[in-house]
Amino acid sequence: MKVLLSGNEAIALGAWEAGVQYASAYPGTPSTEVMERFAQYPGVRAEWASNEKVALDNAIGACFGGARVLAAMKHVGVNVAADSLMSVSYTGVPAAFVLVTADDPSATSSQNEQDSRRYAQFAKFPCLDPADSDEGRRFAGLALDVSERFQTPVMLRSTTRLSHSKSAVEAHVPEEREYEGLPRYDRKVAIARTILPSVARRRHPEIEQRLRDLAAWSSTEGFERGLHHLRMGDRSVGVVTTGMAYQYVRELLPDVSILKLGMSYPVPLEKIREFASQVDQLVVVEELEPIIEEQLVNAGIAVAHGKDVFPICGELTPAVVRAGAIAAGLLDSVPTPETAPLDIEIPERYPALCPGCPHRAFFYNVRRYKRKAIVAGDIGCYSMGALPPFTAVDMLISMGASIGMAHGFNRAGGQEAAIAVIGDSTFFHSGIAPLASAVYNRANIAVVVLDNRITAMTGQQEHPGTGITLQGEAGKDIDIAGVARALGVDFVEEINAWDVDGVNSILRKAMAHENGPAVVIVRGACVFTPYFKRQPIMRVDPEKCVTCGMCFNVGCPAIVRSDEIYETSGKRKTAIDPLLCTGCSVCSQVCPVQAIGRAE
Amino acid sequence: MTKIERVNILVVGVGGQGIITASDIAAQVGLDLGLDAKKSEVHGFAQRGGVVESHIRWAPSVGSPTCEKGYVDVLVAFELLEAARWVDWLKPEGVVLVNHQRLDPMSVNLGKAAYPDEDELLAALRERAKRVVVVDALPLAEQAGNQRTMNTVMLAALSSMLDTDPEVWRKAILRRVPQKYADVNEVAFQLGRQVAAS
Repeated sequence: MKVLLSGNEAIALGAWEAGVQYASAYPGTPSTEVMERFAQYPGVRAEWASNEKVALDNAIGACFGGARVLAAMKHVGVNVAADSLMSVSYTGVPAAFVLVTADDPSATSSQNEQDSRRYAQFAKFPCLDPADSDEGRRFAGLALDVSERFQTPVMLRSTTRLSHSKSAVEAHVPEEREYEGLPRYDRKVAIARTILPSVARRRHPEIEQRLRDLAAWSSTEGFERGLHHLRMGDRSVGVVTTGMAYQYVRELLPDVSILKLGMSYPVPLEKIREFASQVDQLVVVEELEPIIEEQLVNAGIAVAHGKDVFPICGELTPAVVRAGAIAAGLLDSVPTPETAPLDIEIPERYPALCPGCPHRAFFYNVRRYKRKAIVAGDIGCYSMGALPPFTAVDMLISMGASIGMAHGFNRAGGQEAAIAVIGDSTFFHSGIAPLASAVYNRANIAVVVLDNRITAMTGQQEHPGTGITLQGEAGKDIDIAGVARALGVDFVEEINAWDVDGVNSILRKAMAHENGPAVVIVRGACVFTPYFKRQPIMRVDPEKCVTCGMCFNVGCPAIVRSDEIYETSGKRKTAIDPLLCTGCSVCSQVCPVQAIGRAE
Repeated sequence: MTKIERVNILVVGVGGQGIITASDIAAQVGLDLGLDAKKSEVHGFAQRGGVVESHIRWAPSVGSPTCEKGYVDVLVAFELLEAARWVDWLKPEGVVLVNHQRLDPMSVNLGKAAYPDEDELLAALRERAKRVVVVDALPLAEQAGNQRTMNTVMLAALSSMLDTDPEVWRKAILRRVPQKYADVNEVAFQLGRQVAAS
């Protein structure tokens, strides 16, 4: 029987089937579900690490001890882990080591569109690119085999479209399995696990040879093992493609010859040369960077079309591939169906903080300090503080950057107060080191930790502050205020996230604090956690509403316009959607005429 | 009844309307009918009250998990404005199933944009699509006994617009919903079937 699995779920299944024992990850869209699903299989240890580098280092340690391991992260997470990644390629691995990365073409939930295959190339290890869930599962097993055979880390690279699409795989009921620990540590294994300069110099030529061996293997046994797929059709055109791009090619160009690569780095050059000799012209269709195309061009294989017609920027879609194929002369330009938008104006619909969200009162307050303060934001749900109605984030770069940016702005002589805003999970990810630096250098910044007791944006994952592990065991929860005090912060205050005036007054004090950073922990559980307490919902007294619109400045999806008109202003009065309201009361606290109260 | 061989369905609406569950079920129905099926949507940032789009494709063998703009057979919109936003994905002879629900975006609440006139919106949809079926899914779900069965009402209406065995849909829905809500979903399914048939 076939069932629908997402790419992430299928990769987790394949990794479990192939015998991965230990796995570590930091959540990040679109990679998160790989670890969530893997952790549910029997006989495995799976953990959330505090960040991606920690996850990778966990995997390296377990692997050096002899475990088959997996680390998972989103594309920008690989940046965090890159230091260790470069070197574990040099040391090599004694047991299977698979790094699952999920790229985000079109940056649907990310700060950029970087192509992780560049990392495989940069760090000189192979990259496998599945094209559907079934391949995700199968390639996870192949990745383990390749890793053990060549004693190399292997990247299994997904994209948002693969990770979050569901396609059919054969159903599988996992059998019981007991966790096997590690053997006694073997100090005599062939690989050097201590990357000293002498070791690096000795290993480098061996790594170069490993790449040549991998390319040769890929051309021969790789084919036999089903890593690649060749379909000879019309020989006037041969398309070399990989990953999700293959799906668009096979639908739009059903007659051409296709060489679909399951490993995009290093490419099976010999096989590609053979393919090229059998077709009139070679076309490369791949998403994001021209990784395959560059390898072919460098090897002297003529590429008729590639990135000249299939763009580097943005996700490939059927429409984009169609346009490229037409530009390359592979498809006739058929009259496009009428796809002009309707002749009516359609308002934008931005994402918003959820009703009851504990970040709301903070952003409502901070937008009032636009003349006095700048806000360095961070990565999480609170990135939405940059959107209307708050538009209260002035700089945003990467995970954990808020504190360092606010510090730099302040120490360089910024005229405005500098506020850094960071979530609890992000604080543990990469907020502690910059806070230490701010204390050390006496940066006068206000650090606001929006502590919602969960990693919210990626779908509610536990973290060091919650004290519950990925596999549901009791860990130890770390107190953020205690961490700040231990780092030498003199001003550490906690405040109820839904107390609008309380947040405001403590924020003022924090901004006035001198001689080092002030830390304010805004505490309130995410509405999706069990700790969030719903209260009786709010309602608007239409007799009192004067349509001033203050309540809309809290940006709550539950606050809507009613059909009742206030005669003085001619505007529609406010109403509260009883289905959406959680009773958090932030709107009632900002209403200047006390028109909002608890519903009876 | 001609057996359906391939269909491109685009389900759109607002985060929190139950679109992802509905799409999972619609894709599963494709498999249950003996076809290949894929579905695709974007999670994360886009979900928090923003626009949600989910693509479902059935065919003997499905390549792309997303539909191509201009080639959608059925647009299922859980909200009026989203029907208007996405109708340009429809092929000329495509059909629209739209839930008669209005959810004002923040830009409208803030007075920075206007929600289009509903009658004009529906007229524009009718001009573009071969057929537009309007369902009042929320009141029907309430009638069934639980507002959360709104997506079941929509799926039922969709099932009656495609040449497929309703039993396959009914079973796929009941397999997916929590056991204790089986009865209300059963009623919601029957109500949804009636609406689109009329």
